[in-house]
Amino acid sequence: MKDCKQFTGDFDTLKAEFPTLWRKVSSGADLVYLDSAATSQKPDCVLQAMDEYYRLSNANIHRGIHTLAEEATAAYENARKRIAAFIGAASSKEVVFTRNATEAINLIAYSWGRKNLNAGDIVVLSEMEHHANLVPWQILAEERDIRLEFIPVTAEGLLDMESYQEILALEPKLVSFTHMSNVLGTINPAKEIISQAKAAGAVTLLDAAQSLPHFPVDVADLDADFLAFSGHKMCGPTGVGVLYGREALLRDMPPFLGGGDMIRKVYLRSFVSNELPYKFEAGTGAIAEVIGLGAAVDFLSGIGMDNVDAHGREITQYAMQVLDELPWLHILGPGADKRGGVVAFTLDGVHPHDVAQILDWDGVAVRAGHHCAMPLHERFSVPATTRASFYIYNSHNDVDVLVESLRKVKKMLG
Amino acid sequence: MDDLYRELIIERNRSPHFRGELEPNDYTFQDENPLCGDNIRIDVRTDDAGFITEAAFSGHGCAISQASSDLLIESVIGKSVEDVKKMTKEDVLDLLGIELGPVRLKCALLPLKVIKAGLYGMGEATDTL
Repeated sequence: MKDCKQFTGDFDTLKAEFPTLWRKVSSGADLVYLDSAATSQKPDCVLQAMDEYYRLSNANIHRGIHTLAEEATAAYENARKRIAAFIGAASSKEVVFTRNATEAINLIAYSWGRKNLNAGDIVVLSEMEHHANLVPWQILAEERDIRLEFIPVTAEGLLDMESYQEILALEPKLVSFTHMSNVLGTINPAKEIISQAKAAGAVTLLDAAQSLPHFPVDVADLDADFLAFSGHKMCGPTGVGVLYGREALLRDMPPFLGGGDMIRKVYLRSFVSNELPYKFEAGTGAIAEVIGLGAAVDFLSGIGMDNVDAHGREITQYAMQVLDELPWLHILGPGADKRGGVVAFTLDGVHPHDVAQILDWDGVAVRAGHHCAMPLHERFSVPATTRASFYIYNSHNDVDVLVESLRKVKKMLG
Repeated sequence: MDDLYRELIIERNRSPHFRGELEPNDYTFQDENPLCGDNIRIDVRTDDAGFITEAAFSGHGCAISQASSDLLIESVIGKSVEDVKKMTKEDVLDLLGIELGPVRLKCALLPLKVIKAGLYGMGEATDTL
């Protein structure tokens, strides 16, 4: 275990920081990891930060006054401050730790939704949402008789902004949408969607699970009311995610889960909620994981999110260009200029499961299926797709191995 | 690993012998694998003694699920409904002649799950085969 080296500006050297990327797969081939949209690999410095907490400072936080508890609390709250700064939050009170983006969206549906939405109220989603931003609202719709409206997706794989204007005329209470599609790769014009939603009087929730790992996301600049993301897609550990919420909104919301740490006072028959953000953090949190996410944010900041973005765009453009030369392969979604590092495709005559299996022999890790976006696959009339996704540690060579292996698949099964 | 796509599986995926729908039928059931969206329907015709005379599958899925469906149907024709109800995961793996990890096992077993649900007249399929 070691600390991460300072970024030299050369992305080829970054791979050295990720221990998993040097292994072989069961066939004996070198791993080519193209599944970062599902979860990213973790650099040494993130593993080191979590290891240090467990080895040196392991204690519960916020209550203890012994040395270990003080160290653990400081490390945890310090990570919260750095994460708040990373996303441009006005204060660390606006950063609530959850298990993942899914839990953050559920928190909003449960707490804000149940307080503010009544029968007939409209919640706007889009056709390209991950199940995480569909099902919580479906549950609420069933319970509260609220109405769900969907921004359609065009044949090119973009949100239909004209239809969006018509939906806004219905005066929705909430607009909740993905910043970047985990299937199409489409980067949505979040700033424009949010400002139009606000003009129509709606509160906004941005699902940044795919976007935040890949390019600069600033809540102040976007003017988002709520934003959700997961640590594990951005070099951090699993088990920790973040709900960013505008302080005034969070203050007015009832608690989510009840228990220790979220209270100021408890009587036998009642309680007084704790201050922000603890009001929404019941029970012992994922202390090591929060510390790990803090290290991940430091790691990404060290590279610079503009550099992360530039590298992602460059490799996506290359991948789109070489995949486009395969006549039997069909890419879903828009051109490289409108997408992040995600390319989902179908192969004539070959099921995605079989594609993924054969690619694995060559060490290429991709995802096959509906990627938790079944309605979007219905929209494009395909039951499933194969998805390659790229991150900071991927190179042109990884794309070349993918293409070679795809030719093999086609020859074998197509 | 190459064994997974042995000749028999590639061949049955490419040119299945029992693809189609039977209308009318005595038993029919359809289900999908929620993990990947594979969708299989199996129709069965039986004689008065309860023996399967004809069967066919339709739907879509990966090479493993398609080959498994085709081979399963081949094996059940001529068997009694009661015997097919007793078929197990091992029977299907014997037909395929391959070993599978937990994820692909679901692909291979989907047709067995579907035919048993149909024969038992269940409202929905179950993973307990």
